[in-house]
Amino acid sequence: MKFLKEYRDSRLAGEILEKIKKISKKPVKFMEVCGTHTVSIFRHGIREILPDNITLISGPGCPVCVTPNRHIDEAVALCRLPEVILATFGDMMKVPGSKSSLAAEKALGADIRIVYSTMDAVDIAVNNPEKEVVFFGIGFETTSPTIAAAVLRAEREGLKNFSVLGAQKLIPQAIRALLENNEVGINGFILPGHVSALIGIKPYEFIAQDFGIPAVIIGFEPVDILQGILMLVKQVESGTARVEIQYSRGVPPEGNPHAMKVLFTVFEPGDALWRGIGTIPGTGLRIREEYQKYDAVKKFGIEVAESREHPGCRCGEVLRGLITPLQCGLYGKACLPEQPVGPCMVSVEGTCAAYYKYGKRG
Amino acid sequence: MCLAIPGKIVSIEDNLAEVEIAGVIRRVSLDLAPEAKLNDYVLVHAGFAIQVIDEKEALKTLELFKELMEHEVS
Amino acid sequence: MTEKNILLAHGSGGRLSHQLVRELFLPVFDNDALNKLDDRAEVFASGVRLAFTTDSFVVSPPFFEGGDIGKLAVCGTVNDLAMGGAEPLYLSAGFIIEEGLPIDQLKAVVESMRKTADEAGVKIVCGDTKVVERGSADRIFINTSGIGVVPEGVSISGSLAQPGDKVIINGFIGDHGIAVMAERHGFSFTEKVVSDCAPLNGLVKAMLEVSTDIHVLRDPTRGGVATTLNEIASQSNVGVVLREDMIPVRDQVLAACEILGYDPLYVANEGKLLAVVPAQSADRVLAAMKKHPYGVDSAIIGEVVADHPGKVVLSTGIGGRRIVDMLVGEQLPRIC
Repeated sequence: MKFLKEYRDSRLAGEILEKIKKISKKPVKFMEVCGTHTVSIFRHGIREILPDNITLISGPGCPVCVTPNRHIDEAVALCRLPEVILATFGDMMKVPGSKSSLAAEKALGADIRIVYSTMDAVDIAVNNPEKEVVFFGIGFETTSPTIAAAVLRAEREGLKNFSVLGAQKLIPQAIRALLENNEVGINGFILPGHVSALIGIKPYEFIAQDFGIPAVIIGFEPVDILQGILMLVKQVESGTARVEIQYSRGVPPEGNPHAMKVLFTVFEPGDALWRGIGTIPGTGLRIREEYQKYDAVKKFGIEVAESREHPGCRCGEVLRGLITPLQCGLYGKACLPEQPVGPCMVSVEGTCAAYYKYGKRG
Repeated sequence: MCLAIPGKIVSIEDNLAEVEIAGVIRRVSLDLAPEAKLNDYVLVHAGFAIQVIDEKEALKTLELFKELMEHEVS
Repeated sequence: MTEKNILLAHGSGGRLSHQLVRELFLPVFDNDALNKLDDRAEVFASGVRLAFTTDSFVVSPPFFEGGDIGKLAVCGTVNDLAMGGAEPLYLSAGFIIEEGLPIDQLKAVVESMRKTADEAGVKIVCGDTKVVERGSADRIFINTSGIGVVPEGVSISGSLAQPGDKVIINGFIGDHGIAVMAERHGFSFTEKVVSDCAPLNGLVKAMLEVSTDIHVLRDPTRGGVATTLNEIASQSNVGVVLREDMIPVRDQVLAACEILGYDPLYVANEGKLLAVVPAQSADRVLAAMKKHPYGVDSAIIGEVVADHPGKVVLSTGIGGRRIVDMLVGEQLPRIC
């Protein structure tokens, strides 16, 4: 597999690791913002092979995990409407809302289709003209343009039975919010390669400029991650703070301006509620006035009750890197992958699920 | 937060491309990367090409690695 | 039981399936033969040592690259018997058919069953047919039961793995799951991934001919290699260490897994077996396997250890280590 296998080379990985061990002196905490990094780090056992002075902390970068109950409750309400086919990514099926989950609703008969692409959802709308197809969309800058592209296609093809329940979020300002009350003392950021493939390097400059913290945009294969960590270590040890790109094969400095234009044709920034963090201005995406008819909440007049979060659930603190899952009283006891209480246990890339799956049982 | 994998464009029709990923052929939309050409490698996320892979940069990274290794060995 | 209703995950072969078996079925059916939880029961009938098993097949779509539901139904039951070292003899076949199924398709399925039964050297000696209303089944479901005899001196069970034993697999993992998935998700390949669906009793026989000292045999079907090894680790109260770089996975399977966000260790196989064999006979068994058509790509992929009983640990390609847990729920295609 070109551009994949060579970045899993054990010899290369070993060499880079040796280099890290040689250079790294200071005790440091690096935060991987992105859940895909979290999974890759666990999957390849990277935490175990790093020297003890380097601690990796997982951040808020799993779109499933930061989706508040409210949106799940809305999706549940929508899928109960008899005329609705709810299409969504597999990731969202098992996330518990206040009272139910999409998997449970499907078992009770709701028409819920798991799709791999937003275009599959549009295809379902084309093939089922007598039904209303609602796409339940989550995601960051990587995924949101694909949702916008689906809306634009529906518009082009004059589809009247397609709409979107959106719970998408924007990353850079969430990092700023984390840094403004830097509760954890982060010494460096492992920035998400695929979000960056879309937004480029510029939106992160503030991390180095305003907060003096090094940051590197990193790919997802083990060799990428280790090389990125090496770049962070070099900055830390030399006392510099820059934003750099390790994942240069997929991230040009300017990102993908065309895709961003598609995104902001359909959506505009708004406030967003992040589970465990609260409302962060400017990190949400709402459908622009011109495309209101594709907004499922408005189209179906959905109103859900005040959502409830489990009182003992500490996903919020996990998401901010304040505690590890092992410090949560529910983890591994009341909260298990087969009966998750909080979203960090549901999502494959949730920190709690990754801890549990890869054997951190306290 | 986002899985994306590299694949090679083996055919293009309008805004749809067939991308080969290690022997697997997927139809992907080029709506977000209309500049992608035949034989380009693209990053595929959720059925869309989201970026054209810069082969020179990819080779450069690997070259860097090689140098690093040679340096370490010598 | 934590769930109020049956979810798809209860049938995925993973953690919820196990919960269902242990907490709902076992306490009610409770008997020694069943409680062993091997793929088949060993029972005595008038002094003869019999292996007995049953399995139902609901694959969608019913025809896929490298097989169909009929072939699967014969292989699945033959393999469950063979995993106890038994020689499979007779099968039953029960059909639940959705009204409207083209007779031609049924004929194709039945002919495929006959062909596979011939290859495995078993006879289908009784059967049943029910037809249900459109929508009450997905085209065709098949149940097969089978009996076989267990030869003298053979004692194979999921509870017999010992520290020091080697873990052997008879070839590439994940082919069946990905072939079926490809059909379902409209994937195509430059070089097709074909289901590995095959009757394995011949292979097992060849293995037993070079050594009857085989501790565990099990076919990693639903839930994949990871789930099966977890079962063995927990039944035998031992640990298993896997070497990621030794596990045979085809490039296309790995790529399809990357696309869908799956882990090949959890993808279903229908023509694979995991053998746990004492170290001193491992090379001999491996050599015998490699000579058999269904074992050409066999490899030693790990070993049994006394550490971390009940757990499977993978040493990763880059030298890290991680736990490989049982499948939780069904694998769903994901984007993040």
